[in-house]
Parts: sequence; structure tokens; C-alpha cells
Amino acid sequence: MFTFMSMPPFSTLDGQVAEIVARYPVSKRSAAMPVLHLIQETYGFISGESIEWAANKLELQPINLLELVTFYPMYRQKPVGKYHIKLCRTLSCALNGGEALCEHVLKKLNVKLNETTPDGRFTVSHVECIASCGTAPVAQVNEDFHEGLTPQKMDELIAKSV
Amino acid sequence: MPETKAIERRIVLANLDQPGYTPDIECYLKHGGYASLRKAAGMKPEEIVNEVKASQLRGRGGAGFACGVKWGFIRADEKKPIYLICNADESEPGTFKDRQIIDRDPHQLVEGMIISCFAVRAKLAYIYIRGEFAGGARILQKALDEARRNNFLGKNILGTDYSLEIYIHRGAGAYICGEETGLIESLEGKRAYPRIKPPYFPAVLGLYQCPTIVNNVETLCNAVHILRMGGAEYAKIGRPNNTGTRIVCVSGHVNKPGYYEIENGAWTLGQIVNDLAGGVRGGKKIKAIIPGGSSAKVLRMGEVIKLRQKQPDGSMAEKEMGILDIPYDFDNLQAAGTMSGSGAIIVMDETTDMVKAMNNINAFYAHESCGQCTPCREGSLWLQKITDRIVRGGGRASDPGLLINVADNIAGRTICAMGEATAWPVQSFVAKFRDEFEKACEKK
Ligand SMILES: Cc1cc2nc3c(=O)[nH]c(=O)nc-3n(C[C@H](O)[C@H](O)[C@H](O)COP(=O)(O)O)c2cc1C
Ligand code: SF4
Ligand code: FES
Repeated sequence: MFTFMSMPPFSTLDGQVAEIVARYPVSKRSAAMPVLHLIQETYGFISGESIEWAANKLELQPINLLELVTFYPMYRQKPVGKYHIKLCRTLSCALNGGEALCEHVLKKLNVKLNETTPDGRFTVSHVECIASCGTAPVAQVNEDFHEGLTPQKMDELIAKSV
Repeated sequence: MPETKAIERRIVLANLDQPGYTPDIECYLKHGGYASLRKAAGMKPEEIVNEVKASQLRGRGGAGFACGVKWGFIRADEKKPIYLICNADESEPGTFKDRQIIDRDPHQLVEGMIISCFAVRAKLAYIYIRGEFAGGARILQKALDEARRNNFLGKNILGTDYSLEIYIHRGAGAYICGEETGLIESLEGKRAYPRIKPPYFPAVLGLYQCPTIVNNVETLCNAVHILRMGGAEYAKIGRPNNTGTRIVCVSGHVNKPGYYEIENGAWTLGQIVNDLAGGVRGGKKIKAIIPGGSSAKVLRMGEVIKLRQKQPDGSMAEKEMGILDIPYDFDNLQAAGTMSGSGAIIVMDETTDMVKAMNNINAFYAHESCGQCTPCREGSLWLQKITDRIVRGGGRASDPGLLINVADNIAGRTICAMGEATAWPVQSFVAKFRDEFEKACEKK
């Protein structure tokens, strides 16, 4: 999905960056996180060039952004599959079969944790408690929550994700 | 405690599970929404603060700090700008209440925030929402836009000379952003490294070094109801110093996991687990309960709690009871040696491997330490390493003692309360299930 061919130039984001900066009238630096989110949503990951570009926009040093990318788990410097399956690893999910569910998914897709399937469709990762412990076990696929999961439900979800 | 079955008392959750209830402003207005804000618009800020003080509302984010007292730290003659931040980072393991409010009743939060901002004279506010709630952030943005169109937000709110802007700031997957000073650093565009207190109490030196009020989603929602019924009336709900309702989140091995809103202190832990959450699945027995999010000290079924309770005449008396008989509120859970924390109750049945559960918790804190303080950064990794080797069959006879030793050397030696959050589960698990840890260490 995120081929280099289809990547719009950074300048297409200028308007959105201006809107973001306007939400932080006291300090432009506060716009760093939302600008990184914007870059990741647009390009699938945060490249070195995009960091340079954003730093320039926000009048920061590139390191000021790189240190965020390496600190906050949601930011990534490499692309992931079209569907990023994030399985909750934390206690309430683990007490409700989260571990077995994870093993099932990895086996079914024949990948290891944090790997992407060769066709580029799926990446499987862990997340820490995503505030859905009442419907454990849960996963997020990209931004969507999937609650009360079973191996069968997971299979259906994978089959639907084309 | 009467032998009746626990029932809910829904105030904050009054609407969101009603059939046909939608997150748009029309629906909220139809249910009486923004009436409290209209009331607030006719009051002086200090009158609102006084109502909240009278309500005795305590923060629902974890620490249970008195909300009115916190707001009272803002000086009437403050020259610097004042900010308010809604803590919507909801990331304490076991907690899943704020997300329900955000997704399904966002205007209640927006109204609560506007009232609170007016009370502390903040003209700029942020909702710090965890990055994973991307959908929730969109719902909140729509709610803010609707509020603005209705003149509840923006310039000259409801014809007053009060103006306010609220913006949303998304996190990016780090638990430590829930800690209020880490949150502030993150909102300033930096790594979420918590600040040392003193001097960096947010109400004194917060966002951009200005006085800042940080409150949890549920706390801010309660402002709506305090204004509606009046602080004194609100204080009649629950127990003295533990007023109002509390949304508890029950998860783990129960028949009916979910969020339940109860009158503070009206029901025991056992009534919540057995009546509201339907008891343990498959007729199994309870082995342990974590009563306030994974940072809280675990309670072991069968242990005798010596609860020091304040008597009606003001004197203190000690009463022995089992863990299921502890009335659920701030003070009683604290008296029982643990905490109600974020209101997250995690139930583990008799089949639970406590060493594995401990290892799961340790992995969380090792992953989430921000890395600033050596005891937390290194200690959390060591704790995980030790429980991991025990689980894998490589435990040593000295490991239970070592776990305690490492935990003891984290608590009280760090910048933020994450040190305690890391140590408390270990100290309590190993002390209360020592035999299981020792046995697991013999396994090869
Ligand atoms: C490690 C750590 C994590 C925290 N996470 C949260 C959180 O996710 N949500 C929250 O509201 N408060 C959290 N808190 C508590 C906040 O620091 C702060 O006390 C709270 O937001 C104040 O709001 P309240 O007074 O309305 O409860 C956390 C505290 C610590 C030490
Ligand atoms: S206690 Fe842990 S999380 Fe808190 S500031 Fe220190 S290293 Fe960071
Ligand atoms: S433990 Fe998985 S969502 Fe909370």
C-alpha cells in the first residue's frame, strides 16, 4: 500500500501543519506529536527526510523529533502491513486467553511478532492494555477495536481484511 | 453491611447505555445537556469552586486528590495564563471507563470541562487523549465543533465575557503520559519525562510553567452533576470524604465483566464482584483480586484484613474482615493496605498461576518506564527478568527474596509514582503468594 510511487510530496501537508500549529498558540514545539501522527498517517511511517522537513517547519532540530519517534511506541520508522493487528498483551486479556489468541494469529499468518507477511498484508504486534479489559481479549486492527475475540472471530477478521 | 444485593447508581453513566442515545449534541440537549453550563454562566468562578469543595469530590484518575482543593490552588490574582487539561490517557491496566464516556457521551465531558475551565478561569484547555483512541479523538472533535456552533465554546460563551478554546492532543502509546507531569511534558512536544515535585506541582508550575489543572475524564464529568444538584446535595451520595459515585471496571475471570457505577462505599468488594459482575466463571473460587488497577497491591482470598475505620463519633476502631467484606471506596481500600486507584478491579480465579500473572504485570512496567530514574528503569527490567526466568523453569531459591529486595529499592526512590506502581504489585504478590513463588523456583 505504501509504495514510494504514491507518496505525495511533503508540501501537500502544509495546510494541515498550519492548522495543527494554530492549536498551540503558546508554543510551536507542542505541535511536534500531532505533526508526527500526520506524517505517519500519510506515509505509513516516519522517515528521516520527513523528520528533517517537519523540524524545519516547527523551527526545531531534527533530534527534537527523532527523540519522540524513538520514545513513543506508536511512532514507527519502518512501514507495516496494510492491516496492523495489535493484540493486547496485558493482564485482563492474558487471563482471558490473550496468549493463545496471539499464538493462533502468528501460526495462521506464519509470522513472528512484529513481522509482516510476505504479501505485505499483515503485521502482528503486541500492545499494552487498550482500555477494553471488560471485553477481553481484544485487539486493534489499524485504528479499529475488536473486542471479545476468539480464534474463530480472528480468522473471520483476517479473511475479511483484503 | 446489609445483606442486599449491590445495585448500580448511574449518574455519569445515566445516559450512554440508553437505547437510541447518540453522541451528537441534539441528543445531549434533549437529555438536559448544557443546563449546568447555563447555570455556571450565571455564577462567579469562586462560587463554582465552592460548590465543588462542598461536594468533596475526589479525583477519579488514581490518586483521589480533593478536586475543589486542587482548584483552590489557583490564586484569584494570578497574573499568568491558567490552563486546564483533561487527562484522557486511560492506560492503567484494567481501566476502561473513560473510553465509554468519550465514545458515547462526549458532550458530558465537554460540558464538564467548560464548567471547570470557567471555575479556574482557564482560557485555553487541552484534552490529552491516548493515541490508540483515534476514533474517540474524532468523536470529541465533532463534539467540540458542535459546542462551538452552539456558543458553549469559543468567544463570549452564552453571552458572557468569558472565552475559551479547547483542543485535542493525541498521545502515542506511552503509559507514562497518564502521569500528570509526564503528560504536560508530552503536551509541550517532548518525551513524557515526569517532572519532580516540588517544585513542579501542575497547579503551580504546569503547562508552559503556568498554573495548570489536570483532571481525569470522570472527575470532570462529575462537575456537571455537582452544579446540577449543588455541592451539598452531591455530598450526600456515598460516604463522608468518599462522596458521589464511582465507575468501577471489573475484568478478569468474572461472568459479567464490565463497567458499573456505584455509590462510593455503599457496597463491598464482594458485592461488586458477585452481584454486579456475576461472580467467578464456571463456579470456581476467587484466588486474588487487584482492587484498583494493576499498580494496586493485590488482595489474597482468605487473608484477614484489619481495617481501621472512622466511627460516627470520630474515633478510630479496628475491625477484622475478609477481603470481600471491604466496602469499596477510597479510604477503606487504603485502610486495607491497598488502593481503589483507577477503580479497576481485576479478579483472578483459583486456577490462576500467580507467578505468570506477576510476570505479565512486570513486563508492563518494564515496557512503560520512561527511563529517567535508575531504580525504576533498571529495577523494572530486573523484576521482569527474574519472574520470566522463574516462569521458564530457571528460577533460583533466592529469587522470591530478590524480587522483594529489588522492589523495595525502587519504591520511594524515584521522580514519579510509577516507582511505587512498579514495586507495589511485586511486594504484595510475593508476600501473599510466597509459597507459589518458592514452588515455581524449584521447577526445572
Ligand atoms: C504512572 C501513572 C499513570 C497514571 N495514569 C493516569 C491515567 O491514565 N489517567 C488519569 O486520569 N490519571 C492517571 N494518573 C494520575 C494523574 O497523575 C493525575 O493524578 C490525575 O490525572 C489527576 O486527575 P484527578 O484528580 O481528576 O484524578 C497516573 C499517575 C501515575 C503515577
Ligand atoms: S519513576 Fe520511572 S516512570 Fe517515573 S520518572 Fe522515574 S523512570 Fe520515569
Ligand atoms: S488488558 Fe487488554 S484491554 Fe486492558
